[in-house]
Amino acid sequence: MRSQKKNKNNELTLEQHLQLYRVMVTIRKFEETVYDVYSRGIMPGLAHLYTGMEAVATGVCGNLTPSDNVTSTHRGHGHLIAKGGDPAQMFAELLGKSSGYNKGKGGSMHIADLSLGMLGANGIVGGGLGIATGAGLSAKVLGQERVSVAFFGDGAINEGLFYEVANIASLWQLPVVYVLENNGYGEYTTSDRSTAGSAAGRAEALNIPTKTVDGNSILDVHEGAAWAINHARSGAGPAFLECKTYRWRGHHMGDQGDTYGYRNQDEIDTWMKKCPIQRYRLFLIDSKILPEFELEKVDEEVQQLINQAVEFAKAAPYPDPSEVYTDVYA
Amino acid sequence: MSTPEHTVTIREAINEALQEEMQRDSSVILLGQDIGLAGGVFKVTNGLQKKFGIQRVWDTPIAEAGILGVAVGAAMTGLRPVVEIMFADFTTLASDQIVNQAAKLRYMTGGQTSIPLVVRTAMGAGRRAAAQHSQSLQSWYCHIPGLIVVMPSNPEDAKGLLKSAIRDNNPVIFFEDKMMYNQKGILPEGEYLTPLGKARLHREGDDVTLICTSSMLYPTLEAADQLEKEQIHAEVIDPRTLSPLDDQTLIRSAIKTGHVLVVDEGYQSFGVTAEIAARITEAAFDYLDEPVRRLGALDVPVPFAPSLEDLTIPSTTRILEIVHEMLA
Repeated sequence: MRSQKKNKNNELTLEQHLQLYRVMVTIRKFEETVYDVYSRGIMPGLAHLYTGMEAVATGVCGNLTPSDNVTSTHRGHGHLIAKGGDPAQMFAELLGKSSGYNKGKGGSMHIADLSLGMLGANGIVGGGLGIATGAGLSAKVLGQERVSVAFFGDGAINEGLFYEVANIASLWQLPVVYVLENNGYGEYTTSDRSTAGSAAGRAEALNIPTKTVDGNSILDVHEGAAWAINHARSGAGPAFLECKTYRWRGHHMGDQGDTYGYRNQDEIDTWMKKCPIQRYRLFLIDSKILPEFELEKVDEEVQQLINQAVEFAKAAPYPDPSEVYTDVYA
Repeated sequence: MSTPEHTVTIREAINEALQEEMQRDSSVILLGQDIGLAGGVFKVTNGLQKKFGIQRVWDTPIAEAGILGVAVGAAMTGLRPVVEIMFADFTTLASDQIVNQAAKLRYMTGGQTSIPLVVRTAMGAGRRAAAQHSQSLQSWYCHIPGLIVVMPSNPEDAKGLLKSAIRDNNPVIFFEDKMMYNQKGILPEGEYLTPLGKARLHREGDDVTLICTSSMLYPTLEAADQLEKEQIHAEVIDPRTLSPLDDQTLIRSAIKTGHVLVVDEGYQSFGVTAEIAARITEAAFDYLDEPVRRLGALDVPVPFAPSLEDLTIPSTTRILEIVHEMLA
């Protein structure tokens, strides 16, 4: 990809721009469809939507190779899509069907595709941090060039595990990138009520280089992630990337309107005006990188893909009762 | 060239198992506090960093959750980590990694991954180490599906079970009683593996079944010797693996003798002894002459004063008292 003709405005090729746009739109349409399906009572359990944060997963994973690993959070759909996940198997998993990624045994909070290096969403806040760091250790011990990326939220920065594993990664110079998705809230509590000092400063104290970027700008995230991932891949140890962003749909599907009364509509509206997809779309059109009709074509193709995914998931069978006992032990 | 039969301590038997498996499989690595340069607080990993290098034997910070978290991720991506958690009491600091991650990742991902991980940890009272360095927490981990829980009682089993644990593709919690590291025994000639999930019959008898775990084997064997003098023939069985438990061997013996006592150093309440008693009762009620009896540690934090600590641990005297009550 990189060998192709570069666009004069930045490092990305036309094909890369198109791909980044496609991935962001796929995440948006996937999540908005989950919203719809969940609201109609078809989907069991919990759903934490990534709507509004698409540029982070897309920009970071746009720098990864298939053998690189990522670990995700409870808000994990975007990370799997950005790592190449199949929306049909994802939707089937969300509905608890046997053709889902996890055979219906994990659901939204544990969705994973190990064959894509996506080591799983995680229901424990900060739970992916240890796993990603361990994947960095195995890369180092086995002499493999892969890097691993831990996505985590601003709530997780206050979990002790972060310090334990980031300390180890720094001491042992492991190829790990810690991507802080700072959406301003740990559940219903603002960062300034839960985090003393700066989040990035905590990584700096462990001798890990950091960068903070506008998480609603796909180009900024892509560039920041390229720096962090190249740093880790070069053998220079871990890097830390903070992406400032916002989640439109609240903490989870039960967090709507005034239920928890912790944020107001003005705030949501302000952030919706900073929509990462709309911004990128206007940039691509205004800079004459891609014409509008090409982007509309992508929108339509993605919509079709998502529609098919939902149909596939609805038609898929539930797990056989005997499945309750399988996969407990290897 | 195969190793001849030789006498070793449990400490040396475990060291041999680690060496052999590290030699055989370059994906086996060790992680733990002071296990490399210092050879481990109980000297179990002595010499291994020198032999295999710092890329195979990692001295870690004092960060139990971090060590286990890293080990889980490494296990998912091509390594077979063997972690030493210095004292079983400290596994509580890493329990999220063991219980919520290692034990569940295979199931939650629908079988996409496996976690070939061994957590070795020193358990048990008797060291005058007080309440935070003496616990026997095996029943906690037995309660979690997805984990294998192993408790060897002698050098031969310790070596063979650890080698099997390292080759197993599941997370294994391997409890080593810290008072037994100097316990000697004979290792058989050549390489061998001891299967997980199989009990070991230490002594045959048809009057009473004594089921005992880990270091409880020794007071139990002593009691059995005493009973023999009274013409009471005790059968002594060590489950060796608590989860999965070799129910069949235990139940068969219960049917034969009709009298069963279970001895384990974990707390008696909600403990290993209760589970084994329940399984035997459910399967062999009609063959039992009386309820299955339990002997665990006293339900108190382990006290420091030696005179108090000794009261909390199952003893030969208590085993004999209970057997006499049963057969009276």
